[in-house]
Amino acid sequence: MSQFKFWNEINSVFSMEGPITKGPQPRYERKKNNVLSTSSSLNSSKQRSFSTSCLSISSKTPSKRVENDSGRSKTPSRTPFRKSKTPTPNKNGRTPGGDRFIPSRVNSNLDLAQYKLAQDDNSQEENGNGRNELKKAISEQLLGNQKVFSYINKAPTAPEGFQNPMRVLYSQTRTPASVKSTSRYIPQAPDRILDAPDIIDDFYLNLIDWGSNNILAAALGSQVYLWNAGTGNIEQLLSLEGNDYVCSLNWIEEGDCLAIGTTQGTVELWDCSRSKRLRIMNGHSARVGSLAWNSFVLTSGCRSGQIIHHDVRQREHILATISGHSQEVCGLTWSPDGRYLASGGNDNVVNVWPRSNDGHQSETTPLHTFVQHQAAVKALAWCPWQPHILATGGGTADRHIRIWNCNTGTCVNSIDTKSQVCSLLWAQNYKELVSGHGFANNEVAIWKYPAMTKVSELKGHTARVLHLAMSPDGSTILSAGADETLRLWKCFTKDPVRAKDKEGTVKVKPSALRQCIR
Amino acid sequence: MTTAAVKNKSAITLKGSSDILCDYLNYGINSILFQRGLYPSEDFQATENYGLNILMSTNNKIKEFLATTLGQLKEWLIKRTVNRVALIITNVKTLEVMERWDFTIEYEGNIEDGEAQTSDKPLKQIKNEIRDVLRQIASSVSYLPLLDCLCSFDIQIYTTNDVELPEKWALAEPANIKNAQSVKMRSFSTQIHKMDTAVTYRNED
Repeated sequence: MSQFKFWNEINSVFSMEGPITKGPQPRYERKKNNVLSTSSSLNSSKQRSFSTSCLSISSKTPSKRVENDSGRSKTPSRTPFRKSKTPTPNKNGRTPGGDRFIPSRVNSNLDLAQYKLAQDDNSQEENGNGRNELKKAISEQLLGNQKVFSYINKAPTAPEGFQNPMRVLYSQTRTPASVKSTSRYIPQAPDRILDAPDIIDDFYLNLIDWGSNNILAAALGSQVYLWNAGTGNIEQLLSLEGNDYVCSLNWIEEGDCLAIGTTQGTVELWDCSRSKRLRIMNGHSARVGSLAWNSFVLTSGCRSGQIIHHDVRQREHILATISGHSQEVCGLTWSPDGRYLASGGNDNVVNVWPRSNDGHQSETTPLHTFVQHQAAVKALAWCPWQPHILATGGGTADRHIRIWNCNTGTCVNSIDTKSQVCSLLWAQNYKELVSGHGFANNEVAIWKYPAMTKVSELKGHTARVLHLAMSPDGSTILSAGADETLRLWKCFTKDPVRAKDKEGTVKVKPSALRQCIR
Repeated sequence: MTTAAVKNKSAITLKGSSDILCDYLNYGINSILFQRGLYPSEDFQATENYGLNILMSTNNKIKEFLATTLGQLKEWLIKRTVNRVALIITNVKTLEVMERWDFTIEYEGNIEDGEAQTSDKPLKQIKNEIRDVLRQIASSVSYLPLLDCLCSFDIQIYTTNDVELPEKWALAEPANIKNAQSVKMRSFSTQIHKMDTAVTYRNED
């Protein structure tokens, strides 16, 4: 113990060293040193023995010191700095240790000072906590007799750098799929623009059809107009009374017979060559938003979700009533070979129905039910050259085009188009697929099949492209937009050289209707 | 006696009803996480339920979080102490609440029956009602504003005041949104519980 005392004395001498050269150390500094040396003992146990003894040597009034200590800690070492300047009049004088601002580095414990400073902060934070508690108390009062709990272990956040994939929905970016250059020229501007005043901006209706007689039928509100694409003649076929409007129309595969679905739930048949109504068929309880012909069978889809097969030749026309959808049937189409019927509904379901063995209507149980779409499915199209391939497109929440093989019931391909798919068409002259889009891009896109790379984008519509139709020769597509225009795009003109080669081989498929009538 | 037994066979108990609610919340919350783009879409896998294709997260941590939270919720549902479940979507950086999905629970039927309470509502009808709500949730992207920042989610459960704080749970402050706009979805009922769904989001203007 004695040697410790000795060392402590030496130490205290050394600790005096700095200030001594400048004359006697001021009292407050001595005290300060004491304070620091005593408190330094907190830091390491090794020092304890001699720092306490140091205390015993230098401090004669321990009780006072304690008071000072508490006083000091609140104003951490600011005053000593300033005052240490005054006792050094000669600046050239030696200042051992090289630091005139901190009188003694040996004894002043910077770590401790830091700790003390940090402690001050903590006490402030405690005050802050108190405020939070007050807040809590207030909110509890507001909530009434309620408690809000949450589990402590939170769910992880998305990885850093992750971007919301929904951005595409809002920022109108183009699809990243490269616009592949093709050997043929696709005009980017419409060939012709027709006015379509009062066309109803309703995703669930089917208001445009281009028949094999080269006459385009368009429903504008309560009226149906016929536009002869060959001559350019326009003729009004009918006008419904009251608040009724036409919800769907569809040309028979061959001939001048047009089927029309109305808000009343009736289906009307019109002979367009004579502008005469042939018959009215009842059966539905709500509006008929979709129609499809298969030979002499007309299939109609209703808002109630029902599908009815009508035999248009018979007095008792209803062949079958099918309930396959829980909500409005907005897409309905027969495959080109008449083997399958595809129906899409607002319940996000696509059903594929097989043709029944004894007629041209379908079975009452679906062959396949596809529920992969996340939104209403209006766009349906059968591939003309592979009759078991079906393309379907989903609404705003889905935005995908999916290609299905209906022989196996599998999804062959799917592509995110980044905007609502309102309609789909297959090109006849090229292995391509056309899609009409709504929010956000409002465009017509042409896709290469089966690669599903984007060939072209046809822009021009200022509102969503609701319907698409194709001319009987397959060279022109017509898009009907909610901006009350019909635009004709001549994007599938046949290559004249190749067309000549093919002409000899094309066989005209005999109409099923004619076969039956005979 | 036999008729009562037959009746009970198809009846939904309080526990069963709580199960239905938790199932709905599990599917609904996953669907929201996917539709609102909180996590990469690769982390989701389509599952069929309610006649719908619902995208469920495959992230184990999210699954675990939902399982624990909903497990606790089920206990409270059986005790009839929960009023509301809130899914909070917050900005990770600013901790600002961006969106809140409220699932409000009301207790219906003969509450006096206690745990023996049953409901005769057909399960199919309940599932159809749930399907309609889930469909509305999926289509909500068309009007909700884009969450253009890294977001995380949390689930808060509002209970009556007499509930003890379970282990690993903490009291939370209810999340409020500035300049909020609210859209109510359809509701469904098991005739024991009735659940309302609503989304509250920040109005841009």
